[in-house]
Amino acid sequence: MKINATDYLVLDKETGKYKADPEQVVRDDVEKHYWLHVGRMIVKDWRLYIMLVPMILVFLFWRYFPMYELLGCFKRYEQVTPVADRLFIGFSNFKSLLVGGEQLSLEFWRALRNTFLLSFYGLCFGFPMPIILALFFNEVRSNAVRNVFQVMTYLPKFMSTVIMTSLTLMLVKGASLVNGMGVISQALVHLGLVSEQIGNMGLLNQASMFRSIYQITGIWESAGYDSIVFFAAIIAISPTSYEAAQIDGAGKMAQMRYVVLPSILSTVVIMLITRIGHLLMVGYEKVLLLYNLNTYVTADVVSTFAQRVGILSGNGGIASAAEMMNNIIGMLLVICANTIAKKASNTSLY
Amino acid sequence: MRRRLEISELIFKVLSYLFLAIFAIACLYPFVYAIAASLSGYHEVQYGEVVLFPKNVQFKAFADMFNNNMFWNSYSNTLFLTFYGTLWAMGVAILGAYALSKKRLLFRKFFNFFLVFTMWFSAGMVPQYLNYLATQRVFSSIGITDDKWLVVIAMGMAAMNIILLRNAFEGVPSEIEEAAIVDGATEFQVLSKVYIPMTKSTIATVALFFAISRWNGYYWARQMIKDANEHPLQVFIRLKLEQFMDPEQMAGWREVYASDSMIYALIVCSVIPILIIYPFIQKYFAKGTNVGGVKE
Repeated sequence: MKINATDYLVLDKETGKYKADPEQVVRDDVEKHYWLHVGRMIVKDWRLYIMLVPMILVFLFWRYFPMYELLGCFKRYEQVTPVADRLFIGFSNFKSLLVGGEQLSLEFWRALRNTFLLSFYGLCFGFPMPIILALFFNEVRSNAVRNVFQVMTYLPKFMSTVIMTSLTLMLVKGASLVNGMGVISQALVHLGLVSEQIGNMGLLNQASMFRSIYQITGIWESAGYDSIVFFAAIIAISPTSYEAAQIDGAGKMAQMRYVVLPSILSTVVIMLITRIGHLLMVGYEKVLLLYNLNTYVTADVVSTFAQRVGILSGNGGIASAAEMMNNIIGMLLVICANTIAKKASNTSLY
Repeated sequence: MRRRLEISELIFKVLSYLFLAIFAIACLYPFVYAIAASLSGYHEVQYGEVVLFPKNVQFKAFADMFNNNMFWNSYSNTLFLTFYGTLWAMGVAILGAYALSKKRLLFRKFFNFFLVFTMWFSAGMVPQYLNYLATQRVFSSIGITDDKWLVVIAMGMAAMNIILLRNAFEGVPSEIEEAAIVDGATEFQVLSKVYIPMTKSTIATVALFFAISRWNGYYWARQMIKDANEHPLQVFIRLKLEQFMDPEQMAGWREVYASDSMIYALIVCSVIPILIIYPFIQKYFAKGTNVGGVKE
């Protein structure tokens, strides 16, 4: 690197002599005493750093310490012993989950498969629904009418998981000595979509029905609300684009194909990538509230499996190992999705 | 000049109205049914004669529930958790987001990553549970034995909400802050007198996000709050549901209403507060999703 004398020396107009450039002196000083300088900056803006403290502490205690606890997956589990003092056993927790063909590993693979399938079906059926809704919302010219539709379809999003699952459980429940059949199962039996016997047992006791019910309630819950993003993209299309297409003789389908679709494509792609990124993050609360012994085959996901093994059976090491694997694959998916989104549209998701 | 609708456009329009009407009604029907069933008589609910309107109307299910002290207890617990939980989360989030929005903050990138990483990677349920147990021990050793405070302080923080706030703060022109500093404002005054008033709508949105998630919180409250008197409404509803769906426990049911009506009445009561404020908050939510561009 070439060093110019003028980087360091400036001509002092008054005395006519060269002297050291004060800015460069500061720069040199910063380089030489980096941490001193950092300290000075922090002291100067100490209020700013004080403001940061509560947030850092909250995240450290209740987001990062659990990650440390997760390292228990490499150790033999003992509840009261801190993670650091437990016996290190390497990957044997992972081994008993992945291979072995015993009950535990069979259940783990089943849970992994269910996790993937639940989100994959969500991608196939739950993802297009908000887009379709947004397209239809756009057809409604009257603001008042559209508002009514929107208010009605957004509403379930504001209800808690407990309320939604309680309603689901009640509406599709089977008949017993003291309780009648739920109104939806009744309707389905009347329509001949399910047999009387299954209706009497309760649809949520059928392993084969769980995924459908999960997806349908998912659509009920969030399709309306998720359509907001797509609807915003559609109403941003200038009316002149439609007019131009109409003058060129485009029918409704052609307008959809050549005007609407290209305009919302970037939004759709970003949302799709996000969904793919979250493929392994299935909300445990809903599954926990909906599933039961009869539907473990199709309903058990990794977090509920870990919950059963870890919290109920008290085997924290195995449970941590299961969650560790799920979370690492999940994180890789999110990072991939984020990178692709960044490349595709210059908007980072986070 | 109005042009005539093409036949394809007409078909599409009719189709979309039809579809939207069916979907909207389907979204709402379970709630309407819940109201109808909670007001209907034993026989009508039991044999599935209620479809849309209540039959053989009784108010005893509601009356019995209102006479249940546990119900009011759980309601007040939920209000407690929602109020203090939102206050605490907003306090932490606003201060943190304000600091993060400042370009002059050293290690800003690191702090941002510290936040965002929790959205990519979460420890999962079991480590979280063990962590809360440890927190419970620590809290009780310093004298906080009420598990409600554990729920308020330790749970419900969301990195996404902080990022929404940070983005809003970054949007405030720095000239205004400089003007305030020239006028002698301290850091806290700049925040409270300049930034918060200028980002009111985002702050309201984020507060609503926190409040709704607090109101709806279930799983950790059930895991961590052992005392039944401290249970929030959601836990109360779920426990009642589990009890009422168990045929053995319900064998001796002798009431003018079906046991289902009780559950429906509970559901209706927990939904009503949200229904009342829903028209006012709905527009904030619609805006909130657009604040930071396209985001989950």
